[in-house]
Amino acid sequence: MNRDWLKDTKSEYDVIVIGSGLAGLTCANMLAKGGHSILLLEHHYNLGGLATWFKRKGGHIFDISLHGFPVGMIKTCRKYWNPEIADSIVQLKGIRLDNPQFSLTTTYDSDDFKRVMQEHFKIPRETIDNFVSALRGMNFYDDQTMTTRELFENFFPGRHDIVRMIMEPITYANGSTLDDPAITYGIVFSNFLNKGVYTFQGGTDKIIGMMRAELIKNGVDVRTKCLVGKIGIEDKKIAGVVANGKMIKGKAVVSNGNLLSTIHKLVGDENFSESFIEEAKKVRLNNSSCQVYMGIKKGEKIDYIGDLLFTSEAEKFDSEELRSKNTTSRTFSIYYPQTRPGSDMYSIVASSNANYNDWANLSEEKYRASKEELIQRTLDALEKYVPKIRDKVDYLEAATPKTFQRYTLHLSGASFGTKFEGLKISMGLPKEILGLFHTGSVGIIMSGWLGAANYGVIVANDVDKFLS
Amino acid sequence: MTKEETKSVLMEIVAQIIPDEDLTNLKGDIPIREQVELDSMDFLDIIMELRKRYGIEVPEDDYIQLATIDSSVAYLEPRMRDL
Ligand SMILES: Cc1cc2nc3c(=O)[nH]c(=O)nc-3n(C[C@H](O)[C@H](O)[C@H](O)COP(=O)(O)OP(=O)(O)OC[C@H]3O[C@@H](n4cnc5c(N)ncnc54)[C@H](O)[C@@H]3O)c2cc1C
Repeated sequence: MNRDWLKDTKSEYDVIVIGSGLAGLTCANMLAKGGHSILLLEHHYNLGGLATWFKRKGGHIFDISLHGFPVGMIKTCRKYWNPEIADSIVQLKGIRLDNPQFSLTTTYDSDDFKRVMQEHFKIPRETIDNFVSALRGMNFYDDQTMTTRELFENFFPGRHDIVRMIMEPITYANGSTLDDPAITYGIVFSNFLNKGVYTFQGGTDKIIGMMRAELIKNGVDVRTKCLVGKIGIEDKKIAGVVANGKMIKGKAVVSNGNLLSTIHKLVGDENFSESFIEEAKKVRLNNSSCQVYMGIKKGEKIDYIGDLLFTSEAEKFDSEELRSKNTTSRTFSIYYPQTRPGSDMYSIVASSNANYNDWANLSEEKYRASKEELIQRTLDALEKYVPKIRDKVDYLEAATPKTFQRYTLHLSGASFGTKFEGLKISMGLPKEILGLFHTGSVGIIMSGWLGAANYGVIVANDVDKFLS
Repeated sequence: MTKEETKSVLMEIVAQIIPDEDLTNLKGDIPIREQVELDSMDFLDIIMELRKRYGIEVPEDDYIQLATIDSSVAYLEPRMRDL
């Protein structure tokens, strides 16, 4: 059945947005509210990009990236979406860290963090205050030469346990390591530390559904199952895009796809200056992920053991260990029925960081076996927190870097965009090609739900300036 | 627009963007961000609002001039005089 997913599109739009991740969605919404005609093209059948979910038989729903985001998301949703979306955002109070160095529970907001640092790690209050205000004062245009490792060494010399406490959750949240610039750490960690960790009550399907309704209300032409193969350029200016083989004209194009595939594949190197391509080639992608989805049988219960569990058997924090194929470090997100009020179902999602190359070149048989191994090791680890877990689950599935690549088209299944240098390249596109913009997770600070959505607003402002 | 009008327009925009903050005791010569909770996205919203309402473009290099209420008014006044 060959349905035409682009039936009755207009011959020209002010802006064509490629991709419906949180950055693409928010950018499209802001531009539509500003009175521009917008076409939003998404290759998947759902909107949301990595902010996604899937349903499986037995009544299971699994959320992919709803582990938690900073409180700033409330303001972002209120200002750039609508108050109803903002009102469904609630705090996740039980954040647990359990590893050979320590085991503790915190809300991870500023006050509780200071308490833990004082009581558990015996750090003087003054040092903690100085650390927190140093992070708060960081801006993305500040000096980038200091690494996160150096920052930690300044405040907590030799304290591997503290490094783990303050770094491990961030490494899960955006793939950054101790070698990344201290400012990227400072900005992201301060965002979380402000008021702790938040989630969307109702699940990812609900928030994305509400966003879709808002987009349509604001006049965005929303099209799913539309793959953009090419961005058309004429005389260094945007002409339009080719989607599902059809040419559609646009005055501006915003790509929410992977930064590097936007440059090298959708536009093509020949359309950029040599020096720009040289810089773009230096951009490093962030790592990918693995996940194990565990559906709890209808009627079974799980006692409250916290919302978000950062667990590891590794002796100390090591970002390479975190990404390795046999890592013992993973986060468990426990979704109790309150996640979707009215439901009586529980589900658990285990996430770990991963290298694309560890998974990409396995034979079909080896790949399947590795996935099964991942599932079994995850269940073994979970047994400690949920005894008899194997008797309680009736659905199991695993995702690998290949899965993430397939669904989001991110090169190497990159989960969190690019390292810091990607931000400059992303922001530099309009100077190379008139009317070409990129939005989406780049530069570490623009990733995650909040970073991506806010970057969508920043780029919408630039596009609006360009059009007027 | 007079200087007074420019200031009241600015205050109105700030109040709209951070509705939960009390602006009554805001001092004109101290950076706004040191007195109330105004993050970088709020700041961008102020810039966007100035453009939307009055067509004023503030280039990124000039952002620093909008740090306090007084310096903002000084910066905006010549640009809003003829509105
Ligand atoms: C396992 C995992 C867990 C995470 N957990 C959290 C979390 O708990 N909290 C948090 O804040 N963040 C989390 N993140 C990160 C967060 O999900 C992302 O940073 C954010 O959602 C990225 O949004 P984006 O706008 O950059 O676009 P993406 O979500 O990457 O979406 C890009 C979209 O563009 C589409 N697209 C690409 N190319 C084309 C094309 N050529 N034609 C048409 N469509 C195209 C893709 O299909 C996709 O829908 C997690 C990420 C992963 C992988």
